[in-house]
Amino acid sequence: MSNPLLEIKNLKTSFRIGEEYYAAVDDVSLTVNENEVLAIVGESGSGKSALAFSVMGLHNRAKIEGEILFKGNDIANLPPKKLNKIRGKELSMIFQDPLTALNPLMEVGRQIDEVLFLHNSKLPKAKRKEYIVELLERVEIPRPEHVYNQFPHELSGGMRQRVIIAIAIANQPELLIADEPTTALDVTIQAQILDLIRELKNDLNSGVILITHDLGVVAEMADRVAVMYAGQIVEVADVDMLFNNPQHPYTRSLLSSIPLLEDEQDRLHVIHGIVPSLKNLPREGCRFSARMPWIDDDVHEEHPELHEISPGHFVRCTCYKHFYFPEENKEDQSHDITQS
Amino acid sequence: MTLLKVEDLKVYFPVRGGVFNRKIGDIKAVDGVSFDIEPGETYGLVGESGSGKTTTGKAVMGLNNVTEGKIYYDGELLNADKKGQKVDIRKDIQMIFQDPYSSLNPRKRVLDIVAEPLRNYEKMSKKEEKETVQRLLSRVGLGPESMVKYPHEFSGGQRQRIGVARAIALKPKLIIMDEPVSALDVSVQAQVLNFMQEIQKELNLTYLFISHDLGVVKHMCDRIGIMYNGRFVEEGLKEDIFNDPQHIYTKRLVAAIPDIDPRNRKENIDFRERVKDEYSNSYYDYFNEEGLAYQLKPITDTHRVALPEKG
Amino acid sequence: MWKFTVRRLLISAPQILLLSIIIFWLAKQMPGDALTGLIDPNISAERKEEMREQLGLNNPWYIQYKDWLAGAVQGDFGESFRYKMDVSELVWQRIVNTFWLSLVSVFFIYAIGLPLGIISGRYNDKLIDQLITGYTYIGFATPIFIFGLVSLWVFGFMLGWFPTGGSVEPGLEPGTLEYILSKLQHLLLPSLAIALIGTVGTVQYLRSEIIDTKQKDFILTARAKGAPERRVYNKHIFRNSILPIAAFFGYEIVNLINGTIFIEQIFAYPGMGNLFIESILQRDFSVVTALVLITGVGAIVGALLSDIILSIVDPRIRIK
Repeated sequence: MSNPLLEIKNLKTSFRIGEEYYAAVDDVSLTVNENEVLAIVGESGSGKSALAFSVMGLHNRAKIEGEILFKGNDIANLPPKKLNKIRGKELSMIFQDPLTALNPLMEVGRQIDEVLFLHNSKLPKAKRKEYIVELLERVEIPRPEHVYNQFPHELSGGMRQRVIIAIAIANQPELLIADEPTTALDVTIQAQILDLIRELKNDLNSGVILITHDLGVVAEMADRVAVMYAGQIVEVADVDMLFNNPQHPYTRSLLSSIPLLEDEQDRLHVIHGIVPSLKNLPREGCRFSARMPWIDDDVHEEHPELHEISPGHFVRCTCYKHFYFPEENKEDQSHDITQS
Repeated sequence: MTLLKVEDLKVYFPVRGGVFNRKIGDIKAVDGVSFDIEPGETYGLVGESGSGKTTTGKAVMGLNNVTEGKIYYDGELLNADKKGQKVDIRKDIQMIFQDPYSSLNPRKRVLDIVAEPLRNYEKMSKKEEKETVQRLLSRVGLGPESMVKYPHEFSGGQRQRIGVARAIALKPKLIIMDEPVSALDVSVQAQVLNFMQEIQKELNLTYLFISHDLGVVKHMCDRIGIMYNGRFVEEGLKEDIFNDPQHIYTKRLVAAIPDIDPRNRKENIDFRERVKDEYSNSYYDYFNEEGLAYQLKPITDTHRVALPEKG
Repeated sequence: MWKFTVRRLLISAPQILLLSIIIFWLAKQMPGDALTGLIDPNISAERKEEMREQLGLNNPWYIQYKDWLAGAVQGDFGESFRYKMDVSELVWQRIVNTFWLSLVSVFFIYAIGLPLGIISGRYNDKLIDQLITGYTYIGFATPIFIFGLVSLWVFGFMLGWFPTGGSVEPGLEPGTLEYILSKLQHLLLPSLAIALIGTVGTVQYLRSEIIDTKQKDFILTARAKGAPERRVYNKHIFRNSILPIAAFFGYEIVNLINGTIFIEQIFAYPGMGNLFIESILQRDFSVVTALVLITGVGAIVGALLSDIILSIVDPRIRIK
């Protein structure tokens, strides 16, 4: 049996607020295999971006505990020198906002060249330029020779995101982390960018971690999905399983709160309460329990764990067995959505 | 009786250049747009960035100069002259903005934010004003204690409610909503959308709902206009647009929306590919030489599509 | 880009014209005229009036202004009543001295300011940053003339390391190495005094630019490429932060003009500032107006230079 490409074990990423450390990612374990898209879904404050940044080693002042095994080697807390040998080469990242992720004062070509030069300095400049033009063609940028000498502000948002993708795939990475890659883009552009990421993944046989809040994007792209809430993974499953047989109350709530194109809903489900801030996260018991006050307290575990309910399908806490929507229960009509 | 009638609206922005910074051209942000909104309905204005949807909304609100065209509210011409906006009509139209984080003045208390339109249009004693604000806040589901708080003490969804409270302070009839939920998380978005529907029923409001999110638009709107490059490409009932899109751009837009069922994935990719081919093959059947849409032509009583002159 | 430059030049022209009118008007408001101190007090009032008529002093102001401007454009500012020589000749000597003083000061301002700003911004909130920031606060709070006096006293008189006045040792042959070294020695203390106080703005500005740039998203992109910290700083952070500093260069010149006025006076350095204050005290108005006009034009050109530099180095402005 082959080892997974990336294996995260009990990762805990904490930030300092005042004198204390607070875990934004709390005991997360995940695996990503070759040629697989793992989507990590969650709302803002769920810790999904903090998780991605931990893998890339991009946190400045965070405390990182646990293991991040990339091809069997632990890259958590790796000294910068060693980390820089794999970042941008075997491990790369696509960022959310194409308007700010490129250096405004540097030509597009030079920004791509940088990542080649850093990992392949022996390649002569002319050869690198040739390859960059090919890369720009690969990400479907028209007139690549011309774009090579342009500055970011001369390109549209969609074109800039293609440049960022070109930087990310320049050294044919084995693992690609895409952090909300289409959130800032229009829908038609989003469809094109997602197509592109999918094709590149197949070409390079890479593993992809797709961070997003958009369940539609997940349904289109992912092989497996991890749902994060308040720093923890609450459900992991194959994409079909997750959408057709979601189990955790949070996953179910999230799915019923989005307006669907397929069928008419009179009212959208509203998750009770608000996402707790990092400082106010409940650290004991089921973290989602406060958002479903109509569910009995004693259905939660004292220390909720991930349970494998069918092969590859994990759910945290036992409360999923007892969860129902308040709308489904006549006596609970008093629960008014305007009281959040 | 039509509540809002927009006739051949054009909003051009000057492009300046050359040594003397003279006007050398126009950006035609909105280029001949006409639509009607009936009382009590929610009309969706959909398009991608640069389509002119927000500019249209702002023009109706009186926040942009209108280059050409007429905007009637309740039968009265709104843009008769550029300065003298009819004050009592302006009261009837309010706007809610996209970003709940930046559209509220961070240095003002909620009381002052919500009372602002009241102070502009109505003479009230301090006591009356306070009571009115309290009533408005309770209507949007916020307690009286929130009056003395500042915007940063609220979550995104709550802030959007404060924006709504301000917008309904003058008992408007038409509310223009520019991407009201785009900046919000999914669960908060649901909360705000539900709430907006409730308040619409309660106060018998008419909405002009501007958004790029077709899922949200389908959920909220009765009729929809699709904009591209400053013009309408298609307009119709929600069912017309989603079940029977006629214009190639609408088809492409609808096809681009991710499907929530992963089992349809392969199908969707193929479908999108087909639409993409159709788009590039028949582009010139749907757009003129400048890449602009043609005039809308009715194909049913409710459904209008931008098609060329010939039969 | 040339369009921008041309447009900017066209804006500067009326600025300079307006400045000259204001200066001329102010000069006319001062009591007395060119004849007041110039001639034999025994000459009769009729003869004086005749001479006035001859010199055009009875003409309407716009004719006088036209004549004065015509002269000024050709470098003729009249005669200094105190030195009994052409103003232009007098001023030219002083400009050369002030130019060297300013040049060396600018060198020190950047030689001190850039490294301190970079260190302070890179290691913000560390001890070294707190020390540097402390220095900038002291610099902001200390008036330049007090600092100049103290350094003159300490390094000039007490320690005797530097000469205490003049611009060169008298009696040296111009052009010899000794002459140049002596010039430099006279420049050192006043320019250091200007720079140590004048650089604190640059330090603070650069510091905040760097702290700002450090948090930009494209810095993450650079790190994600595997760029070592040194490269991230050199290629992305410093380059982008120094840009506004470069654009500030023209304004720095304007600042210097203010600085040199005090320092030249304190160090008895025969430059423009020194001449300026002397001339005011002596009511030598033709010199004063000439100097005000020259520094005014200098300020406008400095601002022009800043804008042009910025338009060259920033592609967002360069490419429209």
